[in-house]
Amino acid sequence: MKEIRFHGRGGQGAVLAARMLAISLVAEGKCVASFPMYGFERRGAPVVAFTRFDDKQIMEKTQIYNPDCLVVIDPGLLKLPTLFTGLNPNGTLILNSSKVFDKQPNENLKLAGVVNATQIAVEEVGRDVPNTCLLGAFAAVTGWVGLQSVMASVGEYFGGEILRKNLRCVERGYNEVKVIKWQ
Amino acid sequence: MKAKKGELKVITGNSAAAYGAMLCRPDVVASYPITPQTEVVEQLSKFHADGVLEAEMIEVEGENSAMNAVAAATLAGGRAFTATSSWGLVYMYDAVLQAAGFRAPVVMANVNRETPGILAVSSGQQDMIQTRDAGWIQVIVENSQEILDTIIMAFRLAEDYDIQLPVMVNYDGFYISYLAEGVRIPAKDDVDQFLAVLKTQPKRTIMDPTHPIGAGSHGLMTEFMELRYKHCAALDRAKKKFDEIDKDYGDFFGRSYGGQIEEYRTEDADFVILTSGSAVGTSRTVVDAKRAEGVKVGLIKLRMFRPFPQEKLIKAIKGKKAVGVIDRSVNFGWNSGPIYTELRALYPEIGPMPILSFIDGLASIDITKPHIERVIDDVANAAKGKPYQAVTWIPLEERE
Amino acid sequence: MAIKKFSSKYEAAWSDANQQLLCLDTGTWRTKRPVVNVEKCTYCGLCAIYCPPQCMKIMPDHFEPDLNFCKGCGVCAKECLRGAITMMPEGDFDNEGKKG
Repeated sequence: MKEIRFHGRGGQGAVLAARMLAISLVAEGKCVASFPMYGFERRGAPVVAFTRFDDKQIMEKTQIYNPDCLVVIDPGLLKLPTLFTGLNPNGTLILNSSKVFDKQPNENLKLAGVVNATQIAVEEVGRDVPNTCLLGAFAAVTGWVGLQSVMASVGEYFGGEILRKNLRCVERGYNEVKVIKWQ
Repeated sequence: MKAKKGELKVITGNSAAAYGAMLCRPDVVASYPITPQTEVVEQLSKFHADGVLEAEMIEVEGENSAMNAVAAATLAGGRAFTATSSWGLVYMYDAVLQAAGFRAPVVMANVNRETPGILAVSSGQQDMIQTRDAGWIQVIVENSQEILDTIIMAFRLAEDYDIQLPVMVNYDGFYISYLAEGVRIPAKDDVDQFLAVLKTQPKRTIMDPTHPIGAGSHGLMTEFMELRYKHCAALDRAKKKFDEIDKDYGDFFGRSYGGQIEEYRTEDADFVILTSGSAVGTSRTVVDAKRAEGVKVGLIKLRMFRPFPQEKLIKAIKGKKAVGVIDRSVNFGWNSGPIYTELRALYPEIGPMPILSFIDGLASIDITKPHIERVIDDVANAAKGKPYQAVTWIPLEERE
Repeated sequence: MAIKKFSSKYEAAWSDANQQLLCLDTGTWRTKRPVVNVEKCTYCGLCAIYCPPQCMKIMPDHFEPDLNFCKGCGVCAKECLRGAITMMPEGDFDNEGKKG
């Protein structure tokens, strides 16, 4: 079983990203469980979303304390002191940021994918909605789900022109993500 | 004859509740939004707008009207559905009591959330507990698929001629209401077939202009007691009926849940833990891990809460050395968990044994694997005859 | 039972209303921040009257939001008759003004 934790702020699409990932994994035959945790449902408030996937039905209903992968949608959240707490050894980070790391942020973090999803979203969609771009980056860096499945899952939520633009974000995230590895 | 497999969709618990209701073709839906239930109302409205749900959608100004509307609709012979949570359940309370007293077979999804007294927009079972004496059938489910399946079973149970009682399907707010999982959506015609047996039963007493009745009549002295007795007798019949319906559902759709309770690895267990809702899912994984270490623990999933499955629980617990109950609510006055105090009422049938109360998961506090491990350790010690603490408020305790 | 030290001093669902009626640090929710042009402010107080959480601080010669609570709704900017308040993206300010 793999556990992925999304960190974002209300309005950035963290919950939707976790859900789209769940849909794309189910399309590839996996069993999933995905849910958000937030206090107040409004723009700006911190949001955490959890997605688990496995080959068999997922029973646990708790929040994720030992993620295998973190997806951080708001670059400001990188400063969160508890962000990396419990990260599994050989952990992965997918980060929306314009800056790359100067040093390894946590000893359990062995792999990171950094992409300026905000800029890509603003260029393609016209708004700071970095979530779909990060899903593309996720697929590229982890290899846990295919690009086509991710794009199909986005198609469950958008149609027409807005879908086309979001699919461009996914593709660009997939192609433009910078991969960093540590020992 | 088996039902078709059904389409697999990734949907939330709330969405599953809406699907379950829609598939049963309710005549009337009246519901008011409240976190964490709102998506149920939204999805039902969407179904209606898309022509998938042909119900009369009554836009009410509050939950009290919602319950009055749906109860009245069932008394007029229709099928009705509503959904609420905590504060909304409290706001409709008098109508909830009326619905039960009038034997109105409403099905309601109640998304468990903490009730007034302390403001909390978070998970907890206090709303269900607070309503346990309303005379409704109450069941509690563990995941999104079970929500959908149980709502279909709920209509079958509520409208059964031998029962005719409103059914509340409870599921944890936030932890299950917003939990997206792969859910098999049965085909509408298969659900029609599953519910078709209701049409073969005698017609229930309804408001019919050709044979007028009054609902909400006065009960005087002995007659009042007779009506209460009949109500309790119906609740009693609901236990076996629920088991039968669950079995039929399993035979037809391929999914069954054990009826009143589910026993997980209890047969050769030395001691057991009992809980309900989302905590059951997590408990399964912890029980498996403990079993792998050689600890002979079993898990009982409480599904039917009202009526209380006395017989099934006595059978499951008798002979064990101890039992621990994880409650997601409090019993004011006993100052312990409520399901725990109900379990204690099973003495002397279950024989003398340590029964331990664990209160956890209030206000969306996570009932984590370490918490459940700790529960199992404490009950294990009690089972061995060591001194134990009767009531433990897990998140408030000093030791981690 | 060995209870942890209680985190709340109150016996019930009460909160301090000594300085203000606000008790939740909603300032972290903001994505836009009201910026007051002190020169343009005529001290009329409309922004303070209309502020939904009532978090406008009364300064000697102008009003300004209490950033611990301001959620960035923008009502003050809309209601200001002099156009003295502008909503600016929160990201422009980094950690300025947040509670220590």
